Amino acid sequence: MLILLVIGFLASAIAPLLYKRFRENFGWIAVVFPLFMFFGFLSKYPTIAAGEVLRESVPWVPSLGINFSFVLDGLSMTFALIITLIGAAVFLYAGAYMKAYVQTGRFYVYIGIFMTSMLGLVLSDNMLLMFVFWELTSISSFLLIGFTHHKEASRKSALQALLVTGGGGLALLVGIIMLYRVTGSFEISSFYDMNGVITAHSLYPAIVVLLLIGAFTKSAQFPFHFWLPNAMEAPTPVSAYLHSATMVKAGIYLIARMNHEIGGTPVWQDTVLIAGASTMLFTALLSFRQTDLKKLLAYSTLSVLGTLVMLLGIGSELAIKAFFIYIIAHSLYKGTLFLVAGTLDHATGTRDVTKLGGLRKLMPVTAFTAGLASFSMMGVIPLVGFIGKETVYKAILGLEYWGGFLIVAALFANAFVVMITLLVGFKPFWGAMLPTPKQPEEAPLKMLIGPALLAVLGLLFGLFPDFFIATMLEQSAQSILSEKLSLKISIWEGFNLVLLLSFVTLLLGGLVYLIRGRVADRMKHVSLPAVIKPSAWYDGAMAGLLSFATLQTRIVQNGYLRNYIIVILVTALSLASFAFYQAVEELIITPDFSITFYEGALAFIILVSTFLLITSRSRLKSIVALGALGFSIGIIFVIYGAPDLALTTFAIETLNVILFVLVLYRLPRFLKLSRSSNRVRDSLIATCVGVFMTLTVLFATSFELSSELKRYFAEASVPYGKGHNVVNVILVDFRAIDTLGEITVLAVAALGVFALLKLKPQGRE
Amino acid sequence: MYSVILATASRYLLILLLMFSVFLLLRGHNEPGGGFTGGLVAAAAYALYFIANGIDAARTIVRFDPLRIMAAGLLIAIASTFPSLVAGNPFMTGVWINTGIPLIGKVGSPLLFDLGVYFLVLGIALTIIFSLAEEDRL
Repeated sequence: MLILLVIGFLASAIAPLLYKRFRENFGWIAVVFPLFMFFGFLSKYPTIAAGEVLRESVPWVPSLGINFSFVLDGLSMTFALIITLIGAAVFLYAGAYMKAYVQTGRFYVYIGIFMTSMLGLVLSDNMLLMFVFWELTSISSFLLIGFTHHKEASRKSALQALLVTGGGGLALLVGIIMLYRVTGSFEISSFYDMNGVITAHSLYPAIVVLLLIGAFTKSAQFPFHFWLPNAMEAPTPVSAYLHSATMVKAGIYLIARMNHEIGGTPVWQDTVLIAGASTMLFTALLSFRQTDLKKLLAYSTLSVLGTLVMLLGIGSELAIKAFFIYIIAHSLYKGTLFLVAGTLDHATGTRDVTKLGGLRKLMPVTAFTAGLASFSMMGVIPLVGFIGKETVYKAILGLEYWGGFLIVAALFANAFVVMITLLVGFKPFWGAMLPTPKQPEEAPLKMLIGPALLAVLGLLFGLFPDFFIATMLEQSAQSILSEKLSLKISIWEGFNLVLLLSFVTLLLGGLVYLIRGRVADRMKHVSLPAVIKPSAWYDGAMAGLLSFATLQTRIVQNGYLRNYIIVILVTALSLASFAFYQAVEELIITPDFSITFYEGALAFIILVSTFLLITSRSRLKSIVALGALGFSIGIIFVIYGAPDLALTTFAIETLNVILFVLVLYRLPRFLKLSRSSNRVRDSLIATCVGVFMTLTVLFATSFELSSELKRYFAEASVPYGKGHNVVNVILVDFRAIDTLGEITVLAVAALGVFALLKLKPQGRE
Repeated sequence: MYSVILATASRYLLILLLMFSVFLLLRGHNEPGGGFTGGLVAAAAYALYFIANGIDAARTIVRFDPLRIMAAGLLIAIASTFPSLVAGNPFMTGVWINTGIPLIGKVGSPLLFDLGVYFLVLGIALTIIFSLAEEDRL
């Protein structure tokens, strides 16, 4: 599996080269890659269906418990098949759809990276490995939403999606680390035999909250739902793939995966249930006023995601069964409908549903595909969506406490989903022909195959549920619940309450559709108060963050070099003096006043040059004094046996003087500009720093150094470092990584100097 | 301000100082010296040449863009970490080869690293000095 992922990333990397070479037919080449993976996973299907679990592990950082360990069981198999199958449809479709965009090669890089990371996410058996893939999907999603980066809306939406999912990702990371503290392992499979250790631990509530924040942001659960409709700025193949069929299900996958050992407690089940149910209902209601094809679909996706989370919250056998059927059904029909919406946009030049109508004669295949997928989405017999919805209702009805309330909520949510379906799947194709910005015509073959195939699969799954879903379901459910289930799926179960509910849903949906136009008109001027809109919270938080950053920059980095120095010195002083204060009793000063002639002379030179330095009224004199000061300090190093340090000091001082001379005569005439109060403040700070340094030296020498390091380095230098100069061996061998970091900083600083001097702002002299 | 004596002397001093800087670099492993000091001395040598002959002459004699020298130094330093990875040792473990040639003796990756530091420091110092010097002309 690791090899498969490596191939995936490599293939993404060479995509632009292939795209340049083949351009016209690239869709046909690109599709090979997901199809190859799809059949690869499919070939393992019999093994998994027989109840085996495939594992693979390659050590990465074994000392920290991080490994490339993968697991292929029913749950990951289901997701892997969905990812690769929809991926194939989307890759082919994008070959034609993306032609109008620039940098299409880059598009394939991003989406290839996404597909590979998404596969990695569902296959990982190691929490940290999964987290890496999790973040990779967030980043590729960011790049894809912002693909048309010249539009401000795209950039804004991309950033919003990244911040929300990335923020959730951080919570998830903390949750993972806490889980590690409890279990001592990152391997998910090792959690299985913990027997309740996790749920009994005091960190358990925190773990639940953090993991769920990660999952809810990723899967756009209320109140984090707002990024998903905005993400519709992405090119349509991206919306179809990432933001309906796969990535937004990552959070749900996480909940499902963790359910086995972390779930089962009231905290977990209730939180998941409530979050899911409220998302399901609210987002469905929010779709009411939308007219954009893709936004409508996005809201229905949100509602379905809520339903899926709710099902996991219910957690009964039936609910898990419904979860799987629904997830498969949704991926098939929603992927299709998004691609259809893209085709409509492509053909007519508009995505506004009120401007579309009567296209069935011009676009018969698309109309047929849309109809098929819509029937599945509305839950009409005999498509897979019907089985999905039936099982959902059954699962809710089986609930002891919340059942009555939830069934009404689900009914309403689904009625709105029906309304959306009627708007997206039927309205554009039926009724009277409406004028559109572009003369519509049937889409090219590449854009027809994918959606049609997915729609037909939806029908086949519905007609033969036993063949397609049943075996897989059994294995998948086992990964979520501990016990083995015997689930039978059939499409027809006679006339009963559930069937009646399905019927009522359709009826209610039709009704909402009919009154929609008039009510929406009247509601046009009503807008929700910002206080209850989570997107307004987000905007507020962002604005606050920015103004705080501006304020902080104005205080700490106001563009005056002297202020920077003051800030740095005062910060260092206050932190260090706190440390001194803590250890003040240990300070034993044993002054040694026996000085040699050299030392006395040097001290004298240093004092004189310092005095000259601060009193001189000529810059040149100051510089010379500074040089004298530096060289005297260098001589002190020589006297005390630090020739390396002395050598470096001499070289540095020489260059310093040269640099000063270079800038010297560019400066204005020497003037006393600063106010006296500033000078007093500055000299106060300078004195404090001087006292502090003196104290530090006294403090450091008042201890007998018990460090083993000195001895160790002295002894190890020759055998390990092959050098007699201990200082240098430390620099280039023992502590070479520090040096590497330092020289990198130096290089960056030099670049900064270069930029400051060379790059003048445009328009100014 | 052009001085014939300084200009003439700087040509010989440049060679001498550069040789000294390489000497510092090479002997750094056993005696005081090393890449950092060596690089600084080399930079001082070029700075002297620049003071005596002007910025254009100095640029000509350095030949490479100082920024490129800096980048090359960083690359060399990073490249010196690869042998240890290939050998399967912890990152940046020194790898030594005994050439057996008299005077050269053992050659190892820390020497390469030091060479990287040498070029990096030289590049940085020259970048700053040259940029400042050219600023004057504007």
